[in-house]
Order: sequence, then C-alpha cells, then structure tokens
Amino acid sequence: MTRDEIKDVIIEIIEDIDEDAEMDGLNPDEPLRDQLDLDSMDFLDIVMELRKRYKLQIPEEDYPELASLNSCVNYLEPKLKNV
Amino acid sequence: MANLTENQRIVITGVGLAAPNACSLREFRRKLLEGQSEIQEIDLRYMGTAPAGTCDFPETKYRKKKENKRGTRAGCIGVYCANEALIDAGIDWSFYDKKKTGVYIGLTEHGTVETENEVYNISQFDYNVDYWTHHHNPRTVLNNPAGEITMNLGITGPHYSIGAACAAGNAALIQGVQMLRLGEVDLALCGGVSECTGSFGIFASFKAQGALAEHDDPKSASRPFDQDRNGIVISEGGCLYILETLDRALERRAKIYGEIVGYAINSDAMDFVLPYGPRQAECMRLALDRAGLEPSDIDIINTHATGTRQGDIEECKAIREVFNGCESTYINNTKSHIGHAMGAAGVLELAGNLLSFEDGMVHATINLDTLDPDCYLPNIVANSPKQLDKVDTILNNSFGMVGINSAVILKKYTF
Repeated sequence: MTRDEIKDVIIEIIEDIDEDAEMDGLNPDEPLRDQLDLDSMDFLDIVMELRKRYKLQIPEEDYPELASLNSCVNYLEPKLKNV
Repeated sequence: MANLTENQRIVITGVGLAAPNACSLREFRRKLLEGQSEIQEIDLRYMGTAPAGTCDFPETKYRKKKENKRGTRAGCIGVYCANEALIDAGIDWSFYDKKKTGVYIGLTEHGTVETENEVYNISQFDYNVDYWTHHHNPRTVLNNPAGEITMNLGITGPHYSIGAACAAGNAALIQGVQMLRLGEVDLALCGGVSECTGSFGIFASFKAQGALAEHDDPKSASRPFDQDRNGIVISEGGCLYILETLDRALERRAKIYGEIVGYAINSDAMDFVLPYGPRQAECMRLALDRAGLEPSDIDIINTHATGTRQGDIEECKAIREVFNGCESTYINNTKSHIGHAMGAAGVLELAGNLLSFEDGMVHATINLDTLDPDCYLPNIVANSPKQLDKVDTILNNSFGMVGINSAVILKKYTF
C-alpha cells in the first residue's frame, strides 16, 4: 500500500467510528485526539479494525505510534508494504 | 402508607418512553385507545422470523451516533427516555442537584445481545479471541443502561440496575420511591428498558419452552386471555419516570400525573418458570394494604398476562380471588397491543394507563376474539375502550421468571 492509501484507510476507519468527525483541515502532524472526538477506546477500535482488515497485531507499546495521521502512516508503511 | 407527610408522598411528574407503537406518552395513549397493534415479523440470526415489537424513535436526538454505536441498544433507549422524561417534567437543574439524583433501571436481563453478537463476530475469525471487542465489558456490566444515562446527562448521584425478570420495571419504580423516602436522593429517574429483540437466544428459549407466540398475522400474535393464544410476543422498549416528593413537586408547580400510593414485591419460592396465582394474590393484597385501599377502590387493573396458557390463567385466578365482587373494577392488558417489553413491560404498561386519570378511559385488551373460560373476569375490557365516569386508581401487575411478583398502585392526584 502507498502512503496515500494507508492515510485513506485510517481516515475511513475514523469516519466509521464517528461519521460526524470533521476530517477536512486535519493537521497530519498533530495528535488526532487533540483534533477529533476520539478517546482511548476509539484508538482500540482503530487497532481492532487494522487487525480485522490486515491481520496486523499491533503491540500495546506501539500504540503511541498511532497518535497522528502521519505517525500512523510512518508506522504502518513497512507493515503494509506487501498488501 | 396512609397519613404520610408531603415529603414522604411520591409523585410522578414526567414520563419518557419508547414503545413499539409510540415514542411519547400522548402518542402511546392515542395508539392504545385506537387499538392498532404495530407488531411485525423480524428476522433473527439462526432462527428465521418471529413476531416482535421494535421501537422507532429519534435515536440521535440526545446523543451522537458514535455514542450509540459504542454503547448498547438498552443504553440508547434509556438515554432517549431519560431526556424525554426530564423535559416532560420540566426539571430545572438549579432546583435539583445532579449529585442528589438517582437513576434506577429495571432489566430482565442484560448482556445477552452483546455476547451473542460478539460470539458471532469471532465466528467470522475462526473463533480467535484476539478479535473479541474491548467494548464487551462496559457494554455488558449490569449497570450499563443506567450508567449510559448518567454519562449522557452528567448526573453524579447513584445509578444502578435492578434485575427482577419481567417485574423489573416495577421493581425499579419501587426502588425510586424507597430512595426518595429515605432521603438518599431528591429526584429519581426510574423505570425499565429492554433490548431483547436483538437476541435470538431469548426467542429460541421461549420457543423451546413452548411459550413463543406464532401467528400468520403478527399483529394478532399477542392475544392474552384468548382461547387461541399460544405464547409471548417479545418486544424492545423503555419507559422512565421522574419521581419526586410531593412537597418539592408542589413547590416548583410541577404537573403531577399521579401518586404512587402502594406497592409490593414477593416471591413464589416454587418454580423456575411457572407462575403461582396464590402468591400473586398475596402481592396484590399487600400493595392494597400498604395503600390503605380496599380492592373495590381500584378502578383499573392493568394485567401482566403475556399470552401464555398457564400464566394468564394464574393471574386471572389471583384477580378473581382478591377482587371478587368488585363491580366497578375494570381489567385490561397492554401487551395485546405492544407485546412483552420484558424489563420495560411493567412501567410501559403503567404509562399506557396513566392518562386514564385525565380521560377516564380504560384502553382495551385487543385480539380477544374468544375469551378462554379459565380467564373469565367480569369486567375485562375487550377490543374497544371503555369510558368510565372517572378513574382515580390503577393497579399494575408485573410478574417474572424464577417466581417474582410485583404490584404498584397509582392514585390520581387532585390539587
């Protein structure tokens, strides 16, 4: 998957969690939690959805890597390169 | 409970509800007086179709879709009912303190729907529990619907659920009365909710017991007291009441729907599923004694009857015993219109009769084509409503599995 494709997947998952989420104007380098109505349970939803879609097992210590849109993409890029 | 002071007398000042045919008290009353069932067939996982009552209400009126998705159906129904009840009662949070407000929710069961859904979910992943949701525990803790209400409304007083099978709605109402009298809270939101139409297992269990209604026309499937009844129509729903002490209600010039003047809960101590008329009769007598009323003082008995063979007969026996010779006591049944809303049943059915205090009508028991002789009672209001000169008292029965009985008596409040 390309970086753009990964980004689109993350946005799609977030929109599925909260369809009222304002994704336009999202700063990709700022924490998602500061910009959207997301809490720790929502982040676990993102982790679960990635597991369901790509059989990705993300260890708990790596959860901070999912903080911003760009850090998600950086973290997921090597894991999803063959998808 | 006679001679109580005004701060010990408990009144209903607000009602919020979601029923299979209505999402407000007035609409519910109108539909019950019209006598049109809105029971439909629904599809159930593994089972196929069954008649059931499902609720159509504005689910995102008081909370975001995101919260509904995270929470439970029972929570969603509860949040809607709670907000509607508070608005109906005109509660001003500068008058009442959220710290001294209690939320007491009656549940027949909880967590069955969520557990079934989650087992189905992991079945899609070869039963690998890595795919089991982190939402499972907060969704299935027993206080879930009550807790979802407090989170939505910022109520910081006590919240919990009362498990009392299908008597749970009444049991929670009684809990509210008791907590107000004890001074534990100044305002109580109480009633019952049910999400059980989401569970194939609840339907399958009633079916295995020979107690699930079947009929070619789902609207005719719920038929208490009728010769051709063959079981329960399962429904979802909710109904929450705002309870306060009479002195505070008068102080803020609240509209008063009625006063809870008597109640009782007892146990059969007999059987897992079979009802027991003599104990139901004791329960009604105890509620009457506490209210300081004679059986002949009751204008309407809103029955629990669910449309099962033995259940209906036992309740009729109990009513015959207690109300023998009470010529002006009329009997009806709300489940014939809306099915059996389980934990919400008692309170929802009481709400369906509450406006009798205003209109003097007794809504009918519908689908009563041929009365079962074993269910004979002299004043069953069948198929069309009955206009009385006035209605001053209502006794509401609600019974449940593993032998629990409840009766609540309401009296019209006259200013």
